[in-house]
Amino acid sequence: MNIEQMPLDELFEKMQDDLYDGLADEVVAATNETLRRDLAPQEILSKGLIAGMDIVGVDFRDGILFVPEVLMAAKAMKAAMEVLRPLLVATDAPKLGTMVIGTVKGDIHDIGKNLVAMMMEGAGFNVVNLGVNTDASKFLAALREHDAQLLGMSALLTTTMPYMRVVIKALQEKGWRDKVYVMVGGAAVNEAFAEDIGADAYSADAATAVDRAKWAIKHEKRLQQKFAG
Amino acid sequence: METILHSQHKEVIIGPGRPFVVIGERINPTGRKRLGVEMANGDYHRVRSDAMAQVAAGAQMLDVNAGIPLADEPAILAEAIRQVQSVVDVPLSIDSSVVAALAAGLQAYQGKALVNSVTGEDARLEVMLPLIAEYGAAVIGVTNDETGISPEVDVRFAVAKKIVERAESFGIPREDVLIDPLAMPASAIPGAGKTLLELTRRVQEELGCNTICGASNISFGLPDREQINATFMAMLIAIGMPAAITNPLKPMVRKAILAAEMLMGRDEHCAAWLQQARQESSAAGAGEKGIAADRQAARAARRARRQRREDNK
Repeated sequence: MNIEQMPLDELFEKMQDDLYDGLADEVVAATNETLRRDLAPQEILSKGLIAGMDIVGVDFRDGILFVPEVLMAAKAMKAAMEVLRPLLVATDAPKLGTMVIGTVKGDIHDIGKNLVAMMMEGAGFNVVNLGVNTDASKFLAALREHDAQLLGMSALLTTTMPYMRVVIKALQEKGWRDKVYVMVGGAAVNEAFAEDIGADAYSADAATAVDRAKWAIKHEKRLQQKFAG
Repeated sequence: METILHSQHKEVIIGPGRPFVVIGERINPTGRKRLGVEMANGDYHRVRSDAMAQVAAGAQMLDVNAGIPLADEPAILAEAIRQVQSVVDVPLSIDSSVVAALAAGLQAYQGKALVNSVTGEDARLEVMLPLIAEYGAAVIGVTNDETGISPEVDVRFAVAKKIVERAESFGIPREDVLIDPLAMPASAIPGAGKTLLELTRRVQEELGCNTICGASNISFGLPDREQINATFMAMLIAIGMPAAITNPLKPMVRKAILAAEMLMGRDEHCAAWLQQARQESSAAGAGEKGIAADRQAARAARRARRQRREDNK
């Protein structure tokens, strides 16, 4: 059976399976097919791509999938997002929130950080990815420019992770600390360190990061304040 | 430079940047008394099962040796080759130092074979090279001659050069000569590994031809040989040796090759490495290691759906 004849639930199931297996061409084809059937981009995103990436995220967290496979899945997701993104913007679909994310100054590791960015975007967040070696002023400028509620910082090294504290201090000095939910992660980081530097959350993996971000948007009313000064 | 070998239907290419070629060494009665007795009595069931097991374990080629004392080596080698070719479709390396046995083996073999091996001794070269040229086979040149195996890189390089040039004079192209730098036991000859690496580099750079080696000898006389062999295999791959004769059934060696290939960027998406890790953990216990039953079921269901979609196409 080709995908034109496939019942919709099977098509979504196939989309999720193909995403899991990192088959970009197949995922894009299924995305185009759902669009041909006049489905809303938001529905395609949630029932196909996000549902698929959820499984990928959980299996990665639990050691069933590994980095090369998650990167392939993320690439497939990205390819499908390229089809959907303009339509999502056009339909003005509501975003869950905005996250500014980056690897901190002095550190150039970005695989895990990009996974988080991809998963956040897949989950319906607007994501501003600042890349690697990001200093405090760049984080702050992006937060303000995009009116972000969430700040994600990554560091892989014990020598670079103290810079997270510098960024949080800079937020405090600006009087912005309450407006932002600060999330940290990376190989060297743990819960105790996150607490010590005054972050709001530590996530060990991308799936947990998405869960925490969703929780924060729902429950932390303080995040709705606008930036000023 | 690429060495192309084939069986009835399969082609194997040995060359720089190509996937590392493992030639399974198991079909060899030396040190396997029971196998030797069976082969001499015309019982080839173990030859066949060893062939299949090695190919299943990832060998892209197989070495076949029938060196049994006081037996009819030409007849046994020829029959062993026919038996192996009846169960697996991979190119073979015909392994003997007896010219009549090589002739019988080449006669029986279907495809383009690799002959294992010729030394740099003049008398051997003069007899064996015409035979190899006649069958259009490729050959392994071993870097020793009448004077024995020199510990000097320069001397062994000169032997390699001589073999390559002599082969060309008989019409065997350079790409069909693989040089074996000869692994000597590191237990007896300090720095044997270093010498071999240096010689391999020189052959690659100055002669341009492919190299190959039987890597197991490096660990002779030492405990924990498999660990040494595995480490050495990774070192060989790192300097660009494109093939080796080894035992693919030894897990450490097999894993060292997979890891080295992955590190050299020849394992796309680390797929072979991940596959082997999953096979290992599923062999270790029931199902994939540490994975809850419902998640295993989800993975199985996903595979089943994919299969069903394939079938429906």
